[in-house]
Amino acid sequence: MTLLEVDRVVVRFGGVTAVNEASFTADGGAITGLIGPNGAGKTTCFNVISGLQKPTKGKVHFQGRSITSSAVHRRARKGIGRTFQRLEAFGSLSVRDNVRVAFDIHRGFRGVLKPGAADVEALLERVGISDYAGERADAIPTGAARLLELARCLACDPHLLLLDEPSSGLDEAESEAFGALLRELAAEGRGILMVEHDMDLVMNVCDTIHVLDFGEVIASGSPAEIRADARVQQAYLGYSDEPVREPMEAQA
Amino acid sequence: MSSLFAFTLLGLFTGAAYAIVASGMVLTYTTTRVFNIAHGAFGMVLAFTFWDFTERQGMPALVGLLLVLLVVAPAIGWFTQRFVARGLGEGPVSVSLVVTVGLLVGLIGVAQQVWPPAPRVVLPFKPESGFEIGDTYVTAHQLITIACSIAVAGLLYALLNHTRIGTAMRASVDNPELLKLFGGRPDTVAALSWAIGISLAALGGILLTPTVGLDYYALTLLVINAYAAAMLGRLKSLPLTFAGAMGLGIAESYAVAYLPTDGFWSTIRPVIPALFLFAVMIALPQAQLRIGQVKGIVTAPVPSFRNAVGWGGGLLAVAAVLVAGASTADALLMGTAATYAIVMLSMVLLTGYGGHVSLAQFTFAGVGALAYAKLDEPNLWGLAMSAVIAGLVGALVAIPVLRLTGLYLALSTLAFAVLMDKMIFQQDWAYKFNGTLQTERLSVAGVSLGTDAVYVWVMVLVFVLVGLGVLALRRGTLGRLLIAMRDSPSACGTLGLDLRWFRVGLFGLSASIAGLAGALFAGLRGSVGAADFLYFQSLLMLLLAVVFGVTSVTGALLGGIALMLMPVWQSDHPSLAGVLFVLVGFGAVALGRDPNGLANLLFKVGRLVRDRFEPQLRERLDGLLPQGGSVDLAAAGAAEVPLRTMGDVSDDAAIEGSVR
Repeated sequence: MTLLEVDRVVVRFGGVTAVNEASFTADGGAITGLIGPNGAGKTTCFNVISGLQKPTKGKVHFQGRSITSSAVHRRARKGIGRTFQRLEAFGSLSVRDNVRVAFDIHRGFRGVLKPGAADVEALLERVGISDYAGERADAIPTGAARLLELARCLACDPHLLLLDEPSSGLDEAESEAFGALLRELAAEGRGILMVEHDMDLVMNVCDTIHVLDFGEVIASGSPAEIRADARVQQAYLGYSDEPVREPMEAQA
Repeated sequence: MSSLFAFTLLGLFTGAAYAIVASGMVLTYTTTRVFNIAHGAFGMVLAFTFWDFTERQGMPALVGLLLVLLVVAPAIGWFTQRFVARGLGEGPVSVSLVVTVGLLVGLIGVAQQVWPPAPRVVLPFKPESGFEIGDTYVTAHQLITIACSIAVAGLLYALLNHTRIGTAMRASVDNPELLKLFGGRPDTVAALSWAIGISLAALGGILLTPTVGLDYYALTLLVINAYAAAMLGRLKSLPLTFAGAMGLGIAESYAVAYLPTDGFWSTIRPVIPALFLFAVMIALPQAQLRIGQVKGIVTAPVPSFRNAVGWGGGLLAVAAVLVAGASTADALLMGTAATYAIVMLSMVLLTGYGGHVSLAQFTFAGVGALAYAKLDEPNLWGLAMSAVIAGLVGALVAIPVLRLTGLYLALSTLAFAVLMDKMIFQQDWAYKFNGTLQTERLSVAGVSLGTDAVYVWVMVLVFVLVGLGVLALRRGTLGRLLIAMRDSPSACGTLGLDLRWFRVGLFGLSASIAGLAGALFAGLRGSVGAADFLYFQSLLMLLLAVVFGVTSVTGALLGGIALMLMPVWQSDHPSLAGVLFVLVGFGAVALGRDPNGLANLLFKVGRLVRDRFEPQLRERLDGLLPQGGSVDLAAAGAAEVPLRTMGDVSDDAAIEGSVR
């Protein structure tokens, strides 16, 4: 079932075209990878889907309806959750309170009247950051903070998860556990769209992969198809694992 | 027809001067992301400097002008960027607002100290010359103003588009870090743009002085005109800023020409910049949330409920002893301090927890006082209604700015404060021009709180209750949401929170607390007038709140007492009146980066003392003490830190690391 459809989206920043006529989809109950070299426009795509960036042209459909002009919080209420490449944890709150805030927002007035404390602990346990529960969110390691952002998303019980480089900062064992968690979440029927540089993780867990280069989708298919695609290999020749800041980000 | 032409022309002349001021402000804002609320104040101080050079020291006008524009102003701009504004742009907006408000107040203090109030005249340039266009007489000064604005526009265009440093300036608008990577020097760029910006403030100020007058406050308020003009270009585009300035100039000119000169319409003229501003703001499109902003601020510890009640009770006991023996004058002063402290509690909620800055908090108190006087129901119902009305007005101020970000909200509160100050409060149905309204003391359940001592004690009681309420809110769901929204609005948005209405609600709640304080103040004084609620008071209040700690109830109490003491001290030492503004202003500049203020230092000292002495004390008393009980100040201060026991080093480190 197609959950999300990005339809010929264009984003221009002044003279720079960050995303150029990009079209791709993500299905419910499946993990979709969005990969590409730094500066390919992946995060900008996420910003367009979650409503933080207005597209210059093009449309975004969610569950068959256009959400192109919906406000950020409305999209969230419809079931789109996201994490951030540059962390947006609530730094002065504890890890536990970060997740609690998400629950409160999700439950609206009921949350104000009766905060649900038990759910918070269960969720922290599930993503594997219970050990950090009492610590300030700006004092925990990057990998844990990324998992915290995921937990915060899950508190809102989203249909679609947008994960922006979720595994960076995790070691190998953690990364593997994370892959298992992703498959679990997909099995619950959630759609997952993931920007990721860890190719092992991407190739292992994704059902479908879209490759972005210079803002255009140059290939789409199963991991095996993507691995064999000549254009993808070409685009990745200059690829580096260095955490270079994407110029697009700077302007977003 | 010809009169229309004449007034359009006149409007263009004023607009040209506004354009010069506004372009300087836009330049500093875009290149360093610091909105300089003191921009007009710099123009004011430099206009005084120009007067000093030419009238007092007798320099020729041109020499004086060049000395101010090319030496003094750039030097001040450079100095301010280096030692005050540096790094502010990357921090939270609330911090840069507080620091520049500190500059504003400090500069007014400097001007009052160096040039004490006295009649001073600055003549227009070439006062004797002029010529006719059609049947309109144009003075040489007006022509010079136009010429200057054209020259400024041309020079800025040339600088930004045809020089290396100008290219670097434009690059710095987009991303100063990236500029550094490519070998540019953001610091040089920032210093240069501040030098030019302050110089333009000076030029605009000097050109406007013959019309506005050499006045501490009128010239300082030019920042609102500049801001209104710059809003048309969203504080970014210079051409649109020029267009906005001309539009504003013409609007003012038409208002003088065509609006009736008596009644309601006569009061509109001084507030046209503010009205223009609100009109532009409503027309602007929705702002996008930004990601990658600042997070994680260390705030003063939140005390447990038991501790807070204990301290509140202690305060009430002390207040009872103090008011019992106080003279009427002293009781009034204590009541005033309580008023200020309650208004500062509204700032703890809005600024300390929520990260939003209001420059009109005392104006909301004025609204509350007005409502209390007009309702003429001196009982709890009237008191509550006054708070509600002030809250609604607060929400009304926030709504036009709903779609914009925090900076715009703060700036529009300044415009609102001036609007109320100069227009609404002066109306016949309000306080009237130079008038006062009689008010009655509050009565509770039919019993009038007639005596000063009882009334003041009740005010302290209200402070304690509101303080407990604010703390309860902070500990609960709403408090967490407030902090979350301050740390990352984008994350809150993507979790499904409608930030816009939440912000309006917060703003309304905070205004209603201020309104409550105002209503109590009205009852205390027995008569209140517009002069009690001047916009400048709100600025002082913000600064003292921040200096003493805007993140804690203790800070609000200390700040309230300090603000009450200020005029007392000033009337004891009239020759040093300006110095106090300088101290408060520059104190806020120095301390503004840490909103926890002096109160947090107290907490730290308390903790240190406890760590040092408590073990010994426990040993001595051995078992006589209940577990976790608060015996002395130190222990109570320490019990306010449930989560953080790591101590001072980590506090500082976290502040350093808060700007990612």
